[in-house]
Amino acid sequence: MENKKTYWKGLEQLSNDTEFVKHADKEFPSYLPIKEQRSKSEPADGLSGMSSSRRDFLKMMGFSLAAASLAACEAPVRKAIPYLNKPVEVDPGIPNYYASSFTLNGDYCGIVVKTREGRPIKIEGNRLDPITQGGVNAQVEASILSLYDKERLANPRINQSKADWKEVDEQVKADLEKIAENGGKVAIVSGSIISPSELKSIDLFKEKYENVEHITYDAATASGMLKANEESFGERMIPSMDFSKADVIVSFGADFLGTWISPIEFTKQYSKTRKLGKNKQKMSRHYQFEALMSLTGANADYREAITPSQEGVYVASLYNKIASKVGASTIRLDESVDSEYVNKAAQDLLAARGKSLVVSGSNDPSVQITVNAINSLLGNYGATLNTAVPIYNRKGDDSKMASLVKDAKAGKIAGLIIWNANPVYDFVGGDDLAAAIPNIGLTVAFNAVADETADLVKYNAPDHHYLESWNDANPRKGQYSLSQPTISPLFKTRQAGESMLKWADASYDSYYDFVRENWKDLVFPKQNKVLDYDMFWDSCLHDGVFIDAEETVNSEALAFDYNVSQVSSSLNKNYKASGGDVELITYFKMGVGTGAQANNPWLQEMPDPVTKATWDNYITMSLGQANDWGIQMKEGKTNMADITINGETYTLPVLIQPGQKKGTLGLALGYGREKAGRVADGVGFNAYKLLKLADGQVNGVITSGVSIEKSSKKYTVAQTQTHETFMNRDIVVAEATLSQYQKDNSAGRYKPKVGMTDGAVPAGDLSLWKGHDYNNHHWALVVDMNSCTGCSACTVACQVENNVSVVGRDEVINRREMHWIRIDRYYSSDASPSDQRGLEIASENPEVTFQPMMCQHCNNAPCETVCPVAATTHSSEGLNQMTYNRCIGTRYCANNCPYKVRRFNWFKYHDNKDFARTNVAQNDDLGKMVLNPDVTVRARGVMEKCSMCVQRIQLGKLQAKKEGRRPIDGEIQVACASACPADALTFGDLNDENSKIVKLMRDENEERAYHVLEYLSVKPNVWYLTKVRNKDEKLA
Amino acid sequence: MSLKRLFIGLIRIQLVCCFLFLSSVQGSMLYAQDAEEQEEESAEAESSDSDYDEAVVNAGRSIFEGECTVCHAINEKVIGPALKNVESRWDDRDLLKQFILNSQKVIQSGHEYSVKLYEQYDRTVMPSFDYNDEELESILAYIDYASNQKEQTASSGGGASASEGGGGEGGGGSTAGVPSEYLTIILVGLIIVLILILVVLLLIISVLGKFLNNQDGIESEDKEVIDQRFNIGSFVQSRAFISLVIFLFVAIVTKTGIDALYTVGIQQGYAPTQPIAFSHKLHAGEYEIECQYCHTSVEKSKSANIPSANICMNCHSEIKTDSPEIQKIYAAVENEQPIEWVRIHNLPDLAYFNHAQHVTVGGLECETCHGDIAEMEVVYQYSSLTMGWCIECHQESEVNTKDNAYYDKLVEFHKKKGGEPMKVTDIGGLECSKCHY
Repeated sequence: MENKKTYWKGLEQLSNDTEFVKHADKEFPSYLPIKEQRSKSEPADGLSGMSSSRRDFLKMMGFSLAAASLAACEAPVRKAIPYLNKPVEVDPGIPNYYASSFTLNGDYCGIVVKTREGRPIKIEGNRLDPITQGGVNAQVEASILSLYDKERLANPRINQSKADWKEVDEQVKADLEKIAENGGKVAIVSGSIISPSELKSIDLFKEKYENVEHITYDAATASGMLKANEESFGERMIPSMDFSKADVIVSFGADFLGTWISPIEFTKQYSKTRKLGKNKQKMSRHYQFEALMSLTGANADYREAITPSQEGVYVASLYNKIASKVGASTIRLDESVDSEYVNKAAQDLLAARGKSLVVSGSNDPSVQITVNAINSLLGNYGATLNTAVPIYNRKGDDSKMASLVKDAKAGKIAGLIIWNANPVYDFVGGDDLAAAIPNIGLTVAFNAVADETADLVKYNAPDHHYLESWNDANPRKGQYSLSQPTISPLFKTRQAGESMLKWADASYDSYYDFVRENWKDLVFPKQNKVLDYDMFWDSCLHDGVFIDAEETVNSEALAFDYNVSQVSSSLNKNYKASGGDVELITYFKMGVGTGAQANNPWLQEMPDPVTKATWDNYITMSLGQANDWGIQMKEGKTNMADITINGETYTLPVLIQPGQKKGTLGLALGYGREKAGRVADGVGFNAYKLLKLADGQVNGVITSGVSIEKSSKKYTVAQTQTHETFMNRDIVVAEATLSQYQKDNSAGRYKPKVGMTDGAVPAGDLSLWKGHDYNNHHWALVVDMNSCTGCSACTVACQVENNVSVVGRDEVINRREMHWIRIDRYYSSDASPSDQRGLEIASENPEVTFQPMMCQHCNNAPCETVCPVAATTHSSEGLNQMTYNRCIGTRYCANNCPYKVRRFNWFKYHDNKDFARTNVAQNDDLGKMVLNPDVTVRARGVMEKCSMCVQRIQLGKLQAKKEGRRPIDGEIQVACASACPADALTFGDLNDENSKIVKLMRDENEERAYHVLEYLSVKPNVWYLTKVRNKDEKLA
Repeated sequence: MSLKRLFIGLIRIQLVCCFLFLSSVQGSMLYAQDAEEQEEESAEAESSDSDYDEAVVNAGRSIFEGECTVCHAINEKVIGPALKNVESRWDDRDLLKQFILNSQKVIQSGHEYSVKLYEQYDRTVMPSFDYNDEELESILAYIDYASNQKEQTASSGGGASASEGGGGEGGGGSTAGVPSEYLTIILVGLIIVLILILVVLLLIISVLGKFLNNQDGIESEDKEVIDQRFNIGSFVQSRAFISLVIFLFVAIVTKTGIDALYTVGIQQGYAPTQPIAFSHKLHAGEYEIECQYCHTSVEKSKSANIPSANICMNCHSEIKTDSPEIQKIYAAVENEQPIEWVRIHNLPDLAYFNHAQHVTVGGLECETCHGDIAEMEVVYQYSSLTMGWCIECHQESEVNTKDNAYYDKLVEFHKKKGGEPMKVTDIGGLECSKCHY
């Protein structure tokens, strides 16, 4: 069944804008400057920057030739410095792997850290961890670069000047005792702490000093949900969720695949319900009701754009629909909505009782209570939701934190200890707190960087990076994880918990002993298989996790006990069926997130999965809205807009986002850092300062007092969306609906045929070439577009593994991003491109498809035939090899690549002060420690592209050869496939009969597998499985 | 009559060839003489050995190597003193024998030299031995023999290296192959034959010339040719000669230039001075310590690793603790200051090389690439380490498929294709991404 939809990457492509058409075929536009980096946001026009003449060029060439030959005469003396006393487990050249845990303000991921010669260089997921199951996300992958951030505090400070730990300890203790004598109050402020040991250190501290309060808040708050659950169940907790058991998923603005609570875990679960194959012809159905186009919404089968002020009514209407069917009491609503999708969702939910899940991202307790009521009616508690095993990723209480800020302002706080939190930047009323801090007698910050908050305090007691620390984590009831140091501390830092112990006069030799002893009391007794504690500890350390089966299975579930009708007044007051005027919604981006890791260039440069924008935040709005206000956007070039919020006016760039609800504006949090470091400072706008409290909860939505006006200022957002286009060629995306798929497993595929004298033959069968014999291995990659959520973990994982340069905002605008794997995001709509009206409707709520695109390793590779120096060649194992040292930079290969996956080094990105601020991993001594020593750092003027992690293939083969066997399937993993939290990428050897990839391709999904641009007959070794949407035929 | 002219011309060319060959033969005769001289030197060295009774020396050697080498060496200090010419240091040969049997007794008797030795070596007690007089004599005989032996080899070694510097590899090659006297005889014979041919050719020319001159009806053109004498001046000034010289000059300069360019960055023979004068000759050669004892990761890692100081300490915590070179290691350990060795083998960053692949999987000996390390006092870069060098080996070497299940399928495929042995290049060993990524 052929696919007749129109696919487009951006509006300029949809409307066939003349400028877009002009640039579309120019992957390396000559109008852009290469001589110097542009300093302003607008490109320098034409050749004005190119002042050197041909004679200069010849002079330069002669000189450099002479210089090069002179320099080449004498080789530099290089040193080889061995260990003095080589540790037994370290062998130069052989990586070591350590199981550990990533924790950041409640975010959790079980990881395995790869170290080389004692320095961590890569993070992989820990497959033994039942929560994240080997998946990671971009933030976890990138966190390794934060370790080598040279702007971390290198030593403790007193009043912003260097001090030593002894001084700090003496003075802090003296201050604490003074406060205790005067009966003053000490507050400890932190993000969600999931480490039992850290919590114990706080308890010990509390025992020593009276009147100490520990206040937790989360920048990505779930405070409203916690409060709702407290009212519904009598306990302040978040139940664990299992999307993998849900046939029907309904989400009201919860971006659970992207940024909500525990996205890696949820993505793992969700992707299991999206897999299809011969033996699994069913998949889950996902409804999303939201205002902005989130990553989760982009993956939904049915998506309806609603304004935040409609949300409560929508949730309640869904509740009422279900309640009336099952005979429960309904919520009285002043206005109710009659949405096609709400009705449909209610029907589907009722059909899947106990096998469905309704979630909401709202921070309004009444909405969350209604959601709980729906789940309760559907019998989801005990099935997809488990109150007996709560998760601890979010513990923050907005109202407590707000009252602390109030107390601080009023001078009621005598001591303030900031535990790796940055409330001045990311909490409501941060400015008030900033003003109050200098007046507080004792202020301490454990923050690793002198950020907005930590720069104000008296004592800086910088914490280790998590990769330098012993620690533990208790992300959900019954699971205990360990963190272990993978490098000795780079700076004179000390673990936060250890500082607390010191000040509490607790006698432990080291924090390691403390954690170990805690585990002896807390975790060791939970099992009786291992009787020796040393053995138990070693096995936990090896696995990284310990699961208490007793606790996870046999805990008692809490019952939903709340009269839902009580929420009606609050819902009626705050929500309207018709929506409000202009509403501003703040959200988190996949890369930068809350901004805690904003100083990480890998995250800044990662294109947002939906907007494809890098290095910025901006106002997003729908096309209709933009047209109303006369705002245009083409290839990132856009207008700025003056946005006025409660009297304050800010000028911000506008990005037109298809699928967004008209009347809403989106603005990402986490940007506009002032003291994060050289990478993040001054990038974007700090939206936290716009937030207000509503009923004691932080309200991420501003529904009133917002107005916007077009500004005359122009701006360019560094957006990658229209770079590397396929030139309107067909069969890039193949998709079908579930019912079509069930009838014909190859539904959605386009099978072009070519008429020959002896009848029509499939276009892919024709070839000029003889083909290759793959006697040994035949490496291939299968991408399941149905599982891929577009999260971009692969992009960052590839960047870490392959030393891919960061180019910075200006160079992204110049279309020179270097990522080897990009996620193409396609919107699709049924309307014809010539139908203007149809398009506007189409762009209001388009379908979205994500397609990871990397070198396709074609068997008949077009790049190989045009290289004049044979720098790109084919291997006997199916790889398209790129040889940097042979490349002379003609770029013919990139021109001839139909997939546009080759990247050119326009500059020397390493050891170049022009890129020192952005490409830190290749420019300063500390940053360089993260580089993979097995992969060349590419020089200026050479082409590069995905190598299918050939260094890993070679290493895996060698391991097999050393042991005299064939490689075991799964032993060799490419970085992208290994990182993928959705298991959308499968890598393997097509010559290995027992491999997962052969089973997937031959037994499970032969019908779904297709090549992008199949009819070109380049015969790639990367296969795609068709996208299937669980939509009804008539609605599709 | 042009045929005749041609004939005479040919003979002249042959003459020139004969001269050239003669002169080259003389050149090689000189080399041969060099080689002979060397042989004579070594023969002299051998003749001086005849002062010793071979049986006695051998008996002494076996005792010495079995029991004494734990603490002593001939030429250097180990735990005890170097024993070179030990007899000359003792006024009384009997006392020396007694010292060997029971050193403490001699020391306690107050013998001045023994006490001095005892103090000098930190009161390290030499254990007593139970040798009969015959054995003692044989040991001393061996030490005496070895003392002289070492001297000679040192001097002759020096001479050889000096001649190597001047004469180049040609000399060494001829000594290794056919015995030099045969070579000389053959060469002399060849020269005599050539001289005879030369004389015969000259005779033929003069006879033919006379014959032609006496004949009637010779064209004046031909006569000119017959009568012409070889004129060097006009030959040198001739256009052909000048162009030939210019061509040769340009060709040689170009070739030399290109060759020189190809050597840029190649450090073959690079033997930097190391911070510690570690001798591979002593450790790997004389003491036959396995390479892997120190280069621990060569079988499992890409790098063969330079041993850490703790490996040195395995032996040198006891052995030769006084040596100033060993003291440098102690200093490094005490000051926690790692030893900065100078890297000898520098591959460019763009090339990936893995020792484990070649040593463990390929089964190569270290010497294949690193040369005769056991003979190197100072290690130098033996191979050129150019890509051409890598490729050449990959083209020629057979894959070590024995007992390695990884290769089973490949071997099968290869057998089907034809019987030739499977070379590295046959399984993709020349592909770019095997070494460059």
